Order: sequence, then structure tokens, then C-alpha cells
Amino acid sequence: MRFCNKIADSLKVIIRKKNYMITKHKDNPDNMNNNSSHMIHTENVRFQYVKHDEDGNPVGTVTAVDGVDMTINRGEFIAILGHNGSGKSTLAKHFNALLYPSEGAVFVDGMDTTDDDKVWDIRQKAGMVFQNPDNQIIGQIVEEDVGFGPENMGVPTDEIWERVNESLKTVGMYEYRKASPNHLSGGQKQRVSIAGVIAMHPECIIMDEPTAMLDPSGRKEVIRAARALNDVEGITVILITHYMEEVVHADRIFVMDKGRVVMSGTPREVFSQVDKLQELRLDVPQVTLLADSLRKKGLDIPAGILTREELISALADLKHKQDSDRQ
Amino acid sequence: MLRDITIGQYYQTKSVIHELDPRVKIVATLAFIIFLFMVNNLTGYAVAAAYLATIIYLSHVPPTFIFRGMKAIFMLLMITFLFNLFLTPGETLVSFWIFTITKEGLILAGKMAVRLTFLITGSSVLTLTTTPNQLTDGLEVLLNPLKKLKVPVHEIAMMMAIALRFIPILMEETDKIMKAQMARGADFETGGMIKKAKSLVPILVPLFISAFRRANDLAMAMEARCYHGGDGRTRMKPLVYKRKDFVAYLVLVVFMVTMIVCGRAGFLI
Repeated sequence: MRFCNKIADSLKVIIRKKNYMITKHKDNPDNMNNNSSHMIHTENVRFQYVKHDEDGNPVGTVTAVDGVDMTINRGEFIAILGHNGSGKSTLAKHFNALLYPSEGAVFVDGMDTTDDDKVWDIRQKAGMVFQNPDNQIIGQIVEEDVGFGPENMGVPTDEIWERVNESLKTVGMYEYRKASPNHLSGGQKQRVSIAGVIAMHPECIIMDEPTAMLDPSGRKEVIRAARALNDVEGITVILITHYMEEVVHADRIFVMDKGRVVMSGTPREVFSQVDKLQELRLDVPQVTLLADSLRKKGLDIPAGILTREELISALADLKHKQDSDRQ
Repeated sequence: MLRDITIGQYYQTKSVIHELDPRVKIVATLAFIIFLFMVNNLTGYAVAAAYLATIIYLSHVPPTFIFRGMKAIFMLLMITFLFNLFLTPGETLVSFWIFTITKEGLILAGKMAVRLTFLITGSSVLTLTTTPNQLTDGLEVLLNPLKKLKVPVHEIAMMMAIALRFIPILMEETDKIMKAQMARGADFETGGMIKKAKSLVPILVPLFISAFRRANDLAMAMEARCYHGGDGRTRMKPLVYKRKDFVAYLVLVVFMVTMIVCGRAGFLI
């Protein structure tokens, strides 16, 4: 019964989406083209849906995203953190027009996501990789799945093949191009999904907890592929996750809680506030936690240690200082 | 049991039949089945058998592999055979208790058995030599004229392709759920038909729920990759007829003509 409600909910989202088309705000036409240096820009985004009880009666509205202002620049590696139900995935689905804000607006490359004519441009510019690798692979053969996006966009056959081969090479899955997705590991399947998005030549890739269902080695594979995309291809990457180890290399981090952005800044700035992160029920990397505890005990270690190497060099510096003080 | 059914499976090897355009194979299979039911005499069956044997030989699929698949539907064959045998009125040959075997019944039962065997073998050669994807692609192109009649051809083909893609995933899931229920003390082995059927409920319910959830996820993933139906879609692997496809069509025409001649001539029974 509860499940039926869920289906009904998603249907309502679709209906609301249609209704919203009519009432979408047109108050600020300046926004359309002014922020082209911004990949994604959100203005006070709020997303609400109606919750139902066991019998399908509405029992109230839930605000999943509650007034988010966010600007993501071209070429950035952004991480959005938050525990389950913090609204991070809901927000991510706004970035490529899978969901539409109840209030506020989302702009992708200057295009309003509620603009019906631009919806395919937006989805091509901002590709999305989802959590479950099995539920997003459409093709029966790896290369056919990667070609699915370009096929939908109406790319000519020869160019589809070029794009498919090139993007499979980018994620290191070229030798598996003839394999069936069912015979691949989780990490490999996620890399195929990423290749499927790259083949659409996006400017931005949104990864919605791409590693949540993978084992540690699969997780590393996917994160490595994501970083390579950002470093080599210069594609803007938005990584949504609740694994803190994955975000230490990000340019900027947003931490979400109850639909709001509660912390933001560089990884160092965010991770230096260990107490606040723990309050938000997020697992701080072990090294950061250890460094923080040592600092609280009076050791002179800088705040916001992110990697083991940093902690080692900080401790070594400390020892040098003590040795020279003694002399 | 499920593993024994080779109908609908793809047998990977290199052969002329494998390399043919799926459209040729679909048309040929359809023509074969239609002529099978039109022809009514032994010569016709002999021609059909020869045609089928040649194709199986050319397809490089081991005949044992094909006939292993037949085992699973042997029961169905037997039931059809017996029904035809006992329930056809006519000149009585043997009669015992409440059963009577008639001459017409014997002939009809024999014919039906031969037809069904050929039909199943013929269509399994199609699926054994054609990947599911080629099959759906071929069907989509062949049914294209129906689009004018507002038949959602592309959508049907897409649904078939997705269904085929999810069969192994859902099989694996069924296995997982079964093991999970067994670990909680569920019993799928003992009891009569009704008890066994009832014990399947705790498997089917979670399976359906997860299938719906998967469908929802997949729909979203497809939309995220710009899927908006068949309009304006290009193909990564377009279907193009080659020389051997025309040769195959020619062979098919020869077969049809032979069958028609046999049907008219009407040797023997």
C-alpha cells in the first residue's frame, strides 16, 4: 500500500511539473543570460511534496529542499554532503530538470530548468549518474548502452561510434565494449554509466551517490574516473555522497541538512569544524578526527587535516620544533 | 528446469545465418510457420524438414542443443497429441474402455505433432542465431508501416528490449529473495500444488515491488539521457541489407514456391 502511494507521489510530481509550466515565474528575465560563467545557479530553491498515510490520504507536505542558493562555476569539482534525507539527491535532480522547484529557480548554463523548450539542452549539458548501476543501464551490450544518449540526441551513426569509443576509453572500459553489463562488477558498471553520460558531451556531470552500492575497490575506480574527468576533460563534476573520504579532493563542499545548506567552503575549511560535522551525523575521515582529538589535547596541529600525509608531516614538524626548543 | 529451455536463448558462434539481417530471419520464420500450416501432405513436410535441416546445418548450432530445448515442451506436445488422438471423430481403429482411436485422429495427431515440432524448432533457430537486440531492431523496422495506424511500434520494441535486459537481473533477484526467505525458515519444497503455490507469494510480492522501483529508476535514468520516444532518434547500428540478405530472400522464395507446388500436387495423404 505504501508503495502504491509512492507511485502516486511520483505521478503527482509529473502532474505538478506540467502545472508548474503554466505558472512558472517570469519576473526576472535578466537571469536568462547573465550568468553564463556559472554552470549551475540556484535561487532560493524550495521543493515540497505531499506525504500520504497508509490509505493514501494526504497527511501534510514535506519540504525536501528548503531555500537553497548555490552557484557552481565551470570546471569546478563540487561535493554535496549530507546524511540520508538531507535533500541532497532531491536538489541534484533539479540540476538536470528531472524535478522542478516548487519555489525559486534553477539555471543551468543560464537556462531556466522550467523552460519547456530547453529541457533537452539542459539534460545534454548536465548529465546524471545515478546510484544503482543496474537500474540505469539500458543496453544489452556495453557499447550499445553508451550509444543510447547520442542516439536520443539524433547524432549521426558515424559520430555515435566515435563518441562511444572515445568515452569508453576515457573511463578505461574500452576492452569491455562487447561485454554484457550483467557480467561486469559494480564499479565497472558505474564507469559504463559515466561513459554513457560523457558520450553526450556534457559540460557538467552530476553524480548522485554513484558509490553507495559499491565495494571499496569499486568506489575508488569511480572516484578516480570522476577526478580524471574533471582534471583532464575540464568537465564540471558535482559529486553527491555521504562518504567523506571521497570529497577531500573537491574544490568546494556543500553540507546539507534538512534541505538547507548548512556549511560550505573548501574541504579544509569544512573539515576543520569537526564538532559541527559530527552534530550533523556525518562521518569525519579518521585522520581528521585523530588530528582534531590531538589538537584538543593541546598538540599544536593545524585544523582541517585531510590526509594521512598531512598528519605525518604536521607531527614531524611538531617534533622538530620540540627538539630545537630543547636545544 | 528453467535452464533447460533453450527457446529464446542466443547461441554465440559465427555462421552465415548469424550474420544475416534480422529482418530476413524474421520474415523467413514467419513464412515457414505459415506454410507449415498450409501444407497438408507428407511431401510438404519432407521439404520443410529438409529446409529446416539445411538451415540448422548452416547455423553451426549443435542439433543436440536445439533438441535439448524441446525436452521442456515435450509435455505440451504429448498433451496435444493425445487430445487429437482421442477426441477426433471418425472411422474407429481401436477402442478400449472409454477411449477410441480413429483413423482421422491418428492422422491429425501425427500432423499436429510434426507441425508443432517444426514450428518450435524453426522459431528457436531464429532466436538462437539472433541477439535479442537485433531481434527487436528488426521487428521495429518491419512493423514500421503500422506507425501510420498509430501503433506505438518504437515503444513496443523498446519495451521488449528492456524486458530482455532485465530478465537476468530479476532472475538473480528472485534467487536472492528465495534464499533470504529460506534463511527465515520458508519452505518451498514440500507440500502439494496449492501449498507450493502459496509459498511463492512471499517471493512474488517483494519481487514485484522491486521491479516497480527499478522501472521508476530506469525511467528517470532514460529521461536524464534525453530519451523522448522514437522521434528524431538516430541509430548506432542501423539495419542495412547486404548481398547475402538478398540471396537469403531468394532462397526463401524458392522454398515458398516448392511448398505451394507440394500443396497443389497433394501426393499421398
